[in-house]
Amino acid sequence: MITFEDVSKTYSGQTKPALRHINLQIDKGEFVFLVGTSGSGKSTFLRLILREYRPTSGKIFVLGKDLGHLHQWKVPALRRQIGTVFQDFRLLPGKTVYENVAFGLQVLGRPTSQIRQIVPETIDLVGLSGKEDRQPEELSGGEQQRVAIARAIVNRPKILIADEPTGNLDPQTSVGIMKLLDRINKRDTTVIMATHDQTIVDQMRKRVLELDQGNLVRDQVRGVYGTA
Amino acid sequence: MRHTFRETWSGLKRNASMTVAVIVTMTVSLTLFGLSVMTFQEVDRVKGRWYDKIEISVFLCTKDSAGTSQSGNCEPGQDTTDVQRDYIRTRLEQNPDVLEVFYESKEDAYQDYRNTYADSPLLDSLTIEQMQDSFRVKLVDPQNYQGVVAEASSLPGVQNVLDLHEVLDPIFSVLNGLKWGTMGMAVLLLAAAMLQIGNTIRMSAFTRRREIGIMRLVGASNIYIMLPFVLEALFAGVVSTILSAAALLGSYEFLIERNAKVSIQALPWITWTDAWMAVGLVAVVAVVLSIVPTLITTRRYLRV
Repeated sequence: MITFEDVSKTYSGQTKPALRHINLQIDKGEFVFLVGTSGSGKSTFLRLILREYRPTSGKIFVLGKDLGHLHQWKVPALRRQIGTVFQDFRLLPGKTVYENVAFGLQVLGRPTSQIRQIVPETIDLVGLSGKEDRQPEELSGGEQQRVAIARAIVNRPKILIADEPTGNLDPQTSVGIMKLLDRINKRDTTVIMATHDQTIVDQMRKRVLELDQGNLVRDQVRGVYGTA
Repeated sequence: MRHTFRETWSGLKRNASMTVAVIVTMTVSLTLFGLSVMTFQEVDRVKGRWYDKIEISVFLCTKDSAGTSQSGNCEPGQDTTDVQRDYIRTRLEQNPDVLEVFYESKEDAYQDYRNTYADSPLLDSLTIEQMQDSFRVKLVDPQNYQGVVAEASSLPGVQNVLDLHEVLDPIFSVLNGLKWGTMGMAVLLLAAAMLQIGNTIRMSAFTRRREIGIMRLVGASNIYIMLPFVLEALFAGVVSTILSAAALLGSYEFLIERNAKVSIQALPWITWTDAWMAVGLVAVVAVVLSIVPTLITTRRYLRV
């Protein structure tokens, strides 16, 4: 599903590479934690999958596509198959919960009848039934993140990328979000989550990739946050 | 589609004052551009009419012509002889640049003058003897006159060679200056309008950068993201086109159709077809003018 072949990335104007010679493969339906200190290359790794950048060297395959040779105008089609969630939620102010989730389908030009059916189902899945007409700022952080997750998965993507989704949330709320991500993963969506949250990684016992100064220093099945 | 139109409309409302400024600048510059197009058409028309009619007049000697500063190739106190006259005709007819040669005698010239200036008070004092015999030379290509003028001037029995280019060229250089001057100003204003549109759209895109970011994230196509901005610019372009078309057709109706065509009938004037053609060109320029800066400025927000 995702393959990195000897991938390095150096940002222009910098001499130190953000990622060095990464080789790995992530299969369909996996749940992967990406851990490492700030500046270790986690965000670069995720952005390469989204084709926000091209690698400086090496090859990346996502969903069978060679990203190095993917045409600029085919990038939107790739992104439709990858849902994204961020630490800061990125919801649209002034739009209700329903509208925020529906936005993800509207901008793809989906018919209204389809939107009316899928959006309530998705809101129900993330556990926000009854809050469709609320504004994002009226919701708690955890609820806002659920809205963002609903928007990310409403199009049924094959991959869900979560960049520190619990970074702004308290531990108890984080557990709820993790249960939700786990449920999405069980629907056959590959989940890749970058995180600093040691408790979560240790509890979930999923595959762990650790980056350190751009190097992949650990790839552990059923791993924990830090090496003991 | 509904989303696109809603976004376009909200963009226009949000930037109402900028949109008005854009429309004003565009209308003025497009109108000036259209006027300059019409000046081009008019100058070409006048040029075509006059240049086609241009003949070279080769004036022959009279008894009085010698001894003056304009004596040319004349013998003092002599008319051009018949031998010289025939030689001049032969030489002119043999020149490859010459189409036709007519002979106009003193008597013909006198009659022609009487007919043309029937009301002139000078007419009574004019005699046949004051007129000059001449050859009228029609050219194959009126633009190509220097060779014939030079040859005729060198022939014996020729007093003077008059060619209308000497008279018309200064007039046309003024007209040319006028048409390129208006075009230059129009182009400058159009460039200003273009920058203004670019800025307006940039502002509009900036206020919507959150939405744009999310649209890119969920994989909306570039066309979908760009369309509201293109439509927003196109709206300004269409309104400006309508306003400047009204101004152009209005000035054509009042300045040319009702005024110039009535009072200056000697000149050929542009027609409604020309006026509509100018409006068509204005519309094309307006579309290009609104779309190109929009595509350039929004590209930055769409770079993936």
